[in-house]
Amino acid sequence: MRALGIILAGGSSDRLESLVDYRAAAAMPIGSCYRAIDFVLSNMSNSGINKVGVVTQYNSQSLQNHLSSEKWWNFGRKSGGLFVFSPFLSGKNSFWFRGTADAIYQNLAFLKLSNEPYVIIASGNHVYKLNYQDVLEFHVKNKADITLVSKIINDEDLCNYGIIKTDETGKIIDFEEKPLEPQSNLVSMGVYIISRTLLINLLELSIACNRYNFVEDIIIRYRKKLNILAYKFDGYWKNINCVKNYYDVNMDFLNSEIRNLFIKKMPFIETKPKDEPPAKFNLNANAKNVLVGSGSIINGEIINSIVFSKVYTGDNSSVKNSVVMDKSYIGNNCIVENAIIDKEVIISDGKKIIGKKEKPIIIARNSVI
Amino acid sequence: MRTKEIIAMLLAGGQGSRLGILSQSEAKPAVCFGGKYRIIDFTLSNCINSGIDTVGVLTQYQPLTLHKHIGIGTAWDLDKTNGGVTILAPHLKNDRGAWYSGTANAIYQNINFIDAYQPEYVLVISGDHIYKMDYSKMFDFHMKKNCDVTIAVLEVDLKEASRFGIMNTDENDKIYEFEEKPKEPKSNLASMGIYIFNWKKLRQALIEDNKIHDDSDFGKHIIPMMLENKEKIYAYRFNSYWKDVGTIKSYWEANMDLIQTLPSFNLYEEFWKVYTNMEHQAPEFIGESADIKSSIISEGCEIYGNVYNCVIGANVLIEKDVIIKDSIVMANVVVKKNSRIYKAILDENVFIDENVEIGTGENIINKSEPKIYNSEISVIGKDSFVPKNIFIGKNCVVSGKTCEDDYDSGKLLSGESLFIKNNKAEVL
Repeated sequence: MRALGIILAGGSSDRLESLVDYRAAAAMPIGSCYRAIDFVLSNMSNSGINKVGVVTQYNSQSLQNHLSSEKWWNFGRKSGGLFVFSPFLSGKNSFWFRGTADAIYQNLAFLKLSNEPYVIIASGNHVYKLNYQDVLEFHVKNKADITLVSKIINDEDLCNYGIIKTDETGKIIDFEEKPLEPQSNLVSMGVYIISRTLLINLLELSIACNRYNFVEDIIIRYRKKLNILAYKFDGYWKNINCVKNYYDVNMDFLNSEIRNLFIKKMPFIETKPKDEPPAKFNLNANAKNVLVGSGSIINGEIINSIVFSKVYTGDNSSVKNSVVMDKSYIGNNCIVENAIIDKEVIISDGKKIIGKKEKPIIIARNSVI
Repeated sequence: MRTKEIIAMLLAGGQGSRLGILSQSEAKPAVCFGGKYRIIDFTLSNCINSGIDTVGVLTQYQPLTLHKHIGIGTAWDLDKTNGGVTILAPHLKNDRGAWYSGTANAIYQNINFIDAYQPEYVLVISGDHIYKMDYSKMFDFHMKKNCDVTIAVLEVDLKEASRFGIMNTDENDKIYEFEEKPKEPKSNLASMGIYIFNWKKLRQALIEDNKIHDDSDFGKHIIPMMLENKEKIYAYRFNSYWKDVGTIKSYWEANMDLIQTLPSFNLYEEFWKVYTNMEHQAPEFIGESADIKSSIISEGCEIYGNVYNCVIGANVLIEKDVIIKDSIVMANVVVKKNSRIYKAILDENVFIDENVEIGTGENIINKSEPKIYNSEISVIGKDSFVPKNIFIGKNCVVSGKTCEDDYDSGKLLSGESLFIKNNKAEVL
């Protein structure tokens, strides 16, 4: 194997509000049956990478639960496999991960004991499909020290991304994390390729002077010293970093082109099987333009929505422009519009939950209304 | 090898000839059921849910799909280091090749497999039935009664009893007589084909019977012989949903049982899950123009048409302005726009082109196979293609990649069959 993978899945984001009260951003449910991390895990597996470390920290329980059987992504082999790194206590170190670089550093043994020449680092909460072998080829061909995958983004609030400036050869001359005044519209997708030995050196140098962040203390700090190149990606990519993006990514699955990219086109995005029966539409069901997960039972009207697994909607209820997560129960005669209903919510008969299109209302997990 | 107290032997080699074209290219246990499942999933799930983690699956007839589906048993958590699922296909012995000639003969030929686990008890089941059953309760009953054989029985309508193997019991449910399809049944306790044997007794009976019959069968030979030898045989009463989906009609009805608002066979309870092996899990998309009522729709489907009272398998595409009613559609089927389908079964990978009509006209029983296709249901066989603007009546069968010329003036009348054999169309 030419590369091993590291997935940074420890992060959270206040901008995801109550959606991350009980889960890491990488465990956010997407597209009726996936979790955010399925996309990067499948990308790794589909790119022929069979050894992957997942760095977790924040609210990692639901993520660990999801990853508990690695075989669904074709990991779990005698060679390679999925390694989940959580913060741990030991004699000389008893810290939480103090940053992304520190998280990798505290698991440096994983890198040192491996023999793959390259490391692919990617985020656990981005939705896209990419063959990392293409990026690796680019990296090797152009003799880069670090290759970073980038994408041009239009009409978005750019100040929530890492903004890259490159020269005409694609070499990165500037990188600003979440700048107030973005100087370009080329954003970093949080995917890096670097040789394993260089990564070990850089991590040891950084941690020795208390620098813990991979982007700030390695990419930005070394941008002039090292040959850091930008690989341009022009496919679909979204970062689940705020409620709006989360809602939009899900609604994007109603667009046939985006849906087919992930669901119909090989290689597929794999997830942990749920073993639920087929979705059931009863006598008065009226479903239009919806994505439905298995095991759901639909009695009422449901339009322009994303419905996950084991959801129940009652008679005469109406659900529109909403995301309804697993095991939520919507009673009879309810109206739900522009809402994100988290898992295992109970909405009793006759209740109205109406949000705004530009700012969907969130009903927190396990709520009873 | 570490020993097991009880192991299961699952008979999955049956042809199920009364399922007609559905079981022509598949063993009956591999036929799709309830959208995403295959019939064998119910028995395999029963095993793992009952705590039985060692299962020998005996295959013979058309085993390809079955072998691929079961694999190493991962989908049922039966990929065990010690035990798990083992496929037992007939094979060449020292001097000769031997097919499984009967249910008991199949077990006889695998005595070595069972001996390796040194079990005290063997559960014999078949992969042909739709039910949820906790075998561990039956096993408790077997231990409590301290018997040699326990046979699971179902109370059936006395009028129907002559269709089954009937157990005549005393007041303690001890069996004194077994009658196969009796004309005048004395009891209504029908055998479900589920047996728990003390392995030593069964082993001996198999060896003895093999000397007499070379097509040794549990119902015909082993049970009567053990009764004659005065072994203790008890009936274990089961009174929940159990369906033998052996005919087109019963197969269709059992599927339709799943779509009622309160289904008589409930797949939606958390307890006692049914597992299956799916290549690829994906959500289903219901388009703007779709209308779905009283139906179940499996993973990966795209529905743009009108679907009423249907069971739809995985990755099915139903286009705009299609009407499909009272039908069973298996995995990977495509129905192009404007087609109208009533009371039909579309087997896996069927392609129905635009503006096809199936299942209307007079109700005439199938001419060539009247015993199989007689319940108004038309069946389109696996991998078939039906071209544009074709009309197909009731009780019809189509199998193969047909073209327009194969149909007499674009029609296949009720009761007719169309088969493509060696690139030639044959209308019966």
